[in-house]
Amino acid sequence: MIAIVDRARRVGPLISRIVAAVLGGYALAALGSVAALALPMDRAQAVIAGMLASFAIYAGAVVWVFAVRSALRAWVGLLAAAVPLSLAAWSVWAANTGGAAS
Amino acid sequence: MSMDEGKALRPDKVAPKARGIRQTMSDLHIWAGLLTGWFLYAMFLTGTVSYFKDELSQWMRPEIAHQAEVPDPALVAQRIVAELATAAAGSSQWSIGLPSNRNNTADAFWRKPNAQGRRAFESATFDPATGRKVSARETTGGDFFYRFHFQFHYMPVLWGRWLAGFCAMFMLVAIVSGVITHKKIFVDFFTFRWGKGQRSWLDAHNLLSVFGLPFHLMITYTGLVTLMTLYMPWGSQAAFKTPAERQQLTSEFSAFVQPTQPSGQKAALASVEDMVRQAQARWGAHNINRVTIANPGDAASRVSVSRGDEGRASMSPQYMLFEGSTGRLLETKDRVGPAAETRGVMYALHLGRFGDSVTRWLYFLVSLAGTAMVGTGLVMWTVKRRQKLPDPERPYLGFRVVERLNIAAIAGLSTAMAGMLWANRLLPVGLPGRDQWEIHVFFIVWGTMCLHAVVRPAKKAWLEQLWLATALLALLPLLNMVTTQRPLWHSLTVGDGVFVGVDLMLWALAALHAMLAIRTARHSPKLRPARRAPPALRPAPSSTAGERA
Repeated sequence: MIAIVDRARRVGPLISRIVAAVLGGYALAALGSVAALALPMDRAQAVIAGMLASFAIYAGAVVWVFAVRSALRAWVGLLAAAVPLSLAAWSVWAANTGGAAS
Repeated sequence: MSMDEGKALRPDKVAPKARGIRQTMSDLHIWAGLLTGWFLYAMFLTGTVSYFKDELSQWMRPEIAHQAEVPDPALVAQRIVAELATAAAGSSQWSIGLPSNRNNTADAFWRKPNAQGRRAFESATFDPATGRKVSARETTGGDFFYRFHFQFHYMPVLWGRWLAGFCAMFMLVAIVSGVITHKKIFVDFFTFRWGKGQRSWLDAHNLLSVFGLPFHLMITYTGLVTLMTLYMPWGSQAAFKTPAERQQLTSEFSAFVQPTQPSGQKAALASVEDMVRQAQARWGAHNINRVTIANPGDAASRVSVSRGDEGRASMSPQYMLFEGSTGRLLETKDRVGPAAETRGVMYALHLGRFGDSVTRWLYFLVSLAGTAMVGTGLVMWTVKRRQKLPDPERPYLGFRVVERLNIAAIAGLSTAMAGMLWANRLLPVGLPGRDQWEIHVFFIVWGTMCLHAVVRPAKKAWLEQLWLATALLALLPLLNMVTTQRPLWHSLTVGDGVFVGVDLMLWALAALHAMLAIRTARHSPKLRPARRAPPALRPAPSSTAGERA
C-alpha cells in the first residue's frame, strides 16, 4: 500500500507535467494563435501570423513545463501566460460576434 | 550532455529539486527524442530522398525517354488541354503540372464529374511531346517516399499528418532542449574522440547536430508550417465565419482557383497556348508551373497560369487569371500579405525547389546529416545504458525493445527502400494495382526486417541487415541494366544525367552502408577500464551499434 502511494507520489507529478506539456502547451499555442487576431493588421495576415508563431509558443511551453521546479509551478506558469492571451482572444471574439450581430 | 553523464555514473540518486536546467533539459531531450525517434528517422530519411523525388520518379519510369530539352510549356499545355477534352470530359476542373528540367512528364489531375469527397479526383501522366497518356509501368515513383514522410501509409491521410505533426513537434522540443543541454556547443563542435565508445557516439551526434543545427531547426519548424492550417485552425475559425471569408485566407496560400458556378452555356476554350505565352513574357519561358482550368467548355470558365519556383525562394501563389472563353486577362496576382509571404518563404525553404542542382545537393547532404543525427541519437540511448546494465547478457525488456527497434528502423528502412526499387524493376507490368504492390513490398520487407531484428542476436541483426541493404543497393544498377534498355553506359553516352545520377547514387549509398557494416563488425566490444566509473560498475565496453547484446 505504501509502495503504491509512494509510486503515485513519484509518478503523479511527472504525468501531470506530461499532460501540461502536450495538452496545456497545445492549448496555449492555440490560444496564442487566436490572440494574434487582436494585432493591428489585416485579418488574414493576423490569422497567418498567429499560426506561424503558435509552434514556437508550443515549444516554449513544453520547455517551461519541464524546466521549472515542480509540476504545480508548470501549471501556474501556463495559466499565467494564458491570462493575457485569453483577454486578447476574448476581445477579438466579442468584437467578431458583436460585428456579426449588428 | 557532460553533466548528464556525470549523473549517469553517479550511483546515488539526485534529489529532484536539486536538478539544474541542463539536467532537466537533457532528460527532456532524451525522452522526446526516444519516443518519436523511430518515426523521425523514417521521416528524415524518406524526406531526404524526396529532394530528388522527380529524378527518382524518372528512374522508376524507364519507359519514358530521357528528356534532352525541356519542351515549350505553352505548346505542352495546349496539347494536354486537347487531350483532357476527351480524357476528362464533363469535369469541372482540370489542373496540369507542366514538365520542367527535372520532370519529363506532364502530370494532370481533374475532378471527376458527379463525384464527391476524397475520391473526387483522378490523375494521369502525359507525354509532353504527344499529349497522350504515357504507357509506362504503374508506379507511384518518388512520390511515395515524399508522401510517406508527412502522412505515412495504411492509415487515413489526416491521421498520418497529425502523427507526423506530433512527431515534428517532439523534434522541435528535442532540438531546443538539446541546445540548452549543450553548454559547450562551440568547443564540442571541434571535438571528436574516435574509437572511444559512447564518447564517440556522443561526439558524432553533437557534430551532426551542431553542424546542421540551423538547417534542422529550419526544416522542423517549416515542416510544421507546411501543414499549419491543419494543426492550428483556431485563428481562422475565429476570424472567418463563412466560406467566402475563408477564401480570403486560401487565396493567400494557394494558386488553386476554386471552380465557380458554371453558367450552363457552352463556350469553347480560347487558346491556352496564348495565355501561357503571356505568363511566359512575365516570368520567363520555362518558369511556368501549372495551368488550372475551372469549368472548361463553359462560358464561365477560368484559366489560371501559375509561376514556377525559379528566381524566388517563396511558394506564395503567383498567377495570371484569364477568362477561358475569350482569353482576356482578368487578374494578375503577384503579391500576398507580409505574414503570408513569410509563410511562403518558410514553405519554399522546406521544399528547396527554388535552388539549382548545387543547392539541391547541399539540401540532400545536410538533410542526410539530420537523418544521421536522429540515428546516432537513437543508438546512443542503448550504448549509454548498456554500460550500466546489471547483466549485459540479459538486458531488461525496455532496453531490448529499443535495441531491436533501432535495428529495424535504421538498417531495416534502408533495406525496405531498396526493396521497393527492386519491386519497381521486377513486378510484372500487367499486375493489377502494380503501383500499390510496390508499396506493399516496401512494407513487407520492412516487416520482415523487424522480425529478423527480434529473432537474431543484436549484432548479427545489424550486420546482416546492413549487408543486405548494401547488396540490394549495389545490385540495383545491374538489375536496371538487365531489365531495361537503359544501362549505365547507355545513359552515359546519351548524356542522361538522371539515370547516371541515380545509378551512381545507389552505388554511393551502397558504399555508405558497407562502411557502416564494416565499422559495426570491427567494433567487437573490447574491454577497457572505465576511467571515471566507480569500481562497483562493470568495465565500460567500447560500444557500437552492433555490439553484442
